[in-house]
Amino acid sequence: MTTSSTDPGSMDAQTSGNGAKPGPMLAADGTPLKRSLNRALRRQKLRALMLIAPLLIFVLITFIAPIADMLFRSVRNEIVQETLPMTVEALKSWDEETTELPDEKVFEAAYYDMFLAAEQKLHTRLGTRLNYELTGISSLFRKTGRAVDRFDTDKYVDDFAALDPSWKDPATWAAMFANEDIAKALPQTAHLWQRWTDFLQTKNEDPAKEDVEPFLFTSLYSELMAGADVSGLSPRLEQAAGAVKTFTPVSIEQQFIDADKDWGNHEVWATIKTYSPAYTPGYFLNAVDAQLTADGVSARPENEQIYGILFKRTIFMSITITLSCIMLGYPVAWLLANLPMRTANILMILVLLPFWTSLLVRTSAWKVMLQQQGVINDVLVWLGIISDSGRLIMINNQFGTIVAMTHILLPFMILPLYSVMQTIPPTYLRAAKSLGATNWVAFWRVYFPQSVPGIGAGSILVFILAIGYYITPEIVGGTTGTFISNRIAYHISSSLNWGLAAALGSILLAAVLILYYAYDRIVGIDNVKLG
Amino acid sequence: MGLPPYATTGQRIWYYAFRVICGLIFFFLIAPIVVVMPLSFNAEDFFTFTPEMLRLDPAGYSLKHYRDFFQTSDWQAAMWNSLKIAPMATLLSVGFGTLAAIGLSSEHVPFRRAIMAILISPMIVPLIISAAGMYFFYSRIGLQGTYLGVVLAHAALGIPFVIITVTATLVGFDRSLTRAAANMGADPVTTFFRVQMPLILPGVISGGLFAFITSFDEVVVVLFVGSAGQKTLPWQMFIGLREQISPTILAVATMLVAISIVLLTVVELLRRRSERLRGMSPG
Repeated sequence: MTTSSTDPGSMDAQTSGNGAKPGPMLAADGTPLKRSLNRALRRQKLRALMLIAPLLIFVLITFIAPIADMLFRSVRNEIVQETLPMTVEALKSWDEETTELPDEKVFEAAYYDMFLAAEQKLHTRLGTRLNYELTGISSLFRKTGRAVDRFDTDKYVDDFAALDPSWKDPATWAAMFANEDIAKALPQTAHLWQRWTDFLQTKNEDPAKEDVEPFLFTSLYSELMAGADVSGLSPRLEQAAGAVKTFTPVSIEQQFIDADKDWGNHEVWATIKTYSPAYTPGYFLNAVDAQLTADGVSARPENEQIYGILFKRTIFMSITITLSCIMLGYPVAWLLANLPMRTANILMILVLLPFWTSLLVRTSAWKVMLQQQGVINDVLVWLGIISDSGRLIMINNQFGTIVAMTHILLPFMILPLYSVMQTIPPTYLRAAKSLGATNWVAFWRVYFPQSVPGIGAGSILVFILAIGYYITPEIVGGTTGTFISNRIAYHISSSLNWGLAAALGSILLAAVLILYYAYDRIVGIDNVKLG
Repeated sequence: MGLPPYATTGQRIWYYAFRVICGLIFFFLIAPIVVVMPLSFNAEDFFTFTPEMLRLDPAGYSLKHYRDFFQTSDWQAAMWNSLKIAPMATLLSVGFGTLAAIGLSSEHVPFRRAIMAILISPMIVPLIISAAGMYFFYSRIGLQGTYLGVVLAHAALGIPFVIITVTATLVGFDRSLTRAAANMGADPVTTFFRVQMPLILPGVISGGLFAFITSFDEVVVVLFVGSAGQKTLPWQMFIGLREQISPTILAVATMLVAISIVLLTVVELLRRRSERLRGMSPG
């Protein structure tokens, strides 16, 4: 192993400075020393990286990738495009600024999309997604999903079948679109037929045996009405192209509005259009009590603003907990730093034991202590300070969370404070006093400023840990003592609004990373000490 | 730091008052943990002291909650799951972590600060965010609800602790020892196992204990990444606390405190030994 901490450059300067021998200095094997040293340095760097690489890759895959995935999820919104591709396309030409509803083309596209989505049972998922943005869409989609295969468009089926009964035979359709010229002349119907057969195949059903659904006839009718050129392709099609003008048209718009009058609501369409891009700031806006509407970003109504309050409460409680930790931790750290080593080591156990004790043990202990039939209330009643009927409510509120979390996080304040205080020479205090300072002045002007780095390190650590706490607030926090984390957990496991959970998580993560950066600047992550 | 003989009455009062305050803070730190222990021997299904217990009547005490723990299949399954997950996660974090810590402590590491920031981040990122991210990502790659998924997640969470403790031990490591070994003809592997490893072993073991307790205590991530088949002891306790079922939780808590005491003692002994080896403290 060839190692040298000497800088190759200075070695070179030294050689020329001596001026003893011109030309580069040579290593034992005859290569110039500078190059030889550089090679050794490079090899050393490579060796270090090789040792780090496995862990780095491991952490990147098991930890960083999931976090990145979550950040990504907070803006992803492909669901609208995937479920209603044709509608999204058709809505592009609709101007949501006007008060008019989209035209018949859009309704038609929505009909095809809805029919296919309902068959695949995807419409409820989309309804749930859009319901986050406009209440009521979920039930609208469910209702329409049930109604969509009972639309009056089956009239077209009869009309076509009256021209030629073979229209009803799926084999006719399969053969028709196997012909590329026909597929090119009727692109929309061919595309729908493709989606339909793909869907049937995923269900392991033979498209040649399933009934041809009315929506395919509707599309065919609409394309023929629009003047698709089918001359010379197939006599059956030519016959149909000539006859479609005699069919009575069915208004798809009316069908939708009959299924649910909300389809006549301008806002529904505006919401679908606003949320049709694959990426949306919608979840983030939701997380800060705003929403994206057709006219841009606006605040949510007063009674729906919950996240602002929750963020403020999280920060307020984290600050309170940090301050309580400073208040309780400072005297203890001072005592530990100033007592003789032996006594301090014994008292240190009292700090380290809670640090090593399971979080759930400490949380359950606080539940035992704080509840109305709990130890503290029992003691107070026994001492006669409160009456049996006047037991204090100390749990399932902010007070409970703050007390329990202060206890849990206190060691994280005491340990850095202690390690800083240990380095402050006690002679400074004595010097100050001998120069005439009172106890208070000596402490405040001499000792305290030197202990500030410890307070800083401890506070950032406690604050970072507090702001993302989940378990303790969940158990002792009730409804008023919960944190933003509890809301994130709720959105992941109960409301299933993962996008919003991811957005809330991203905001929380950003706050923590800023503090982490500050901590790294002030204390240095290498200097974190455990126990 | 004794009280000088010339102290005034005010100083005396403050001196004792300060000690009382500190005593109360120590009491605050330790009381909740101590209170749990006698309560776990409660003969009744209450979370509080019964009159019999206060009179020290033997009838007020019993081991029924401990029996409950050892006889209920839920608790036993949870215990075995914990014992299956934590050692594997520890092994992974210690293996990867020790190697990386050795790499990080060599003199010339490019991007040291950035690498360190990434490796420490699992300790800093709020658990709920890690849990959410892992839940989404692991379900995408089919690891959600599997033993392997939980082990990997816990290993990631334990890594910062291993890195921190092992790098701290390596700070005092004398590099000339490895050079001397190499000089005498030992290859890098022999040098590592015969010279470096024995000296940094205390740090590695305490890092391992930290990683173990991290996994053994962890509930948020396992709640999301695991499924019913990976229900661990903390998970079972969490359910019990949320739905407030039985004081068996207190019996479990007492046993966990006993484990913590053992671990704390081991880590403390190791720390002292390592400091003595490095000549940092006379004791």
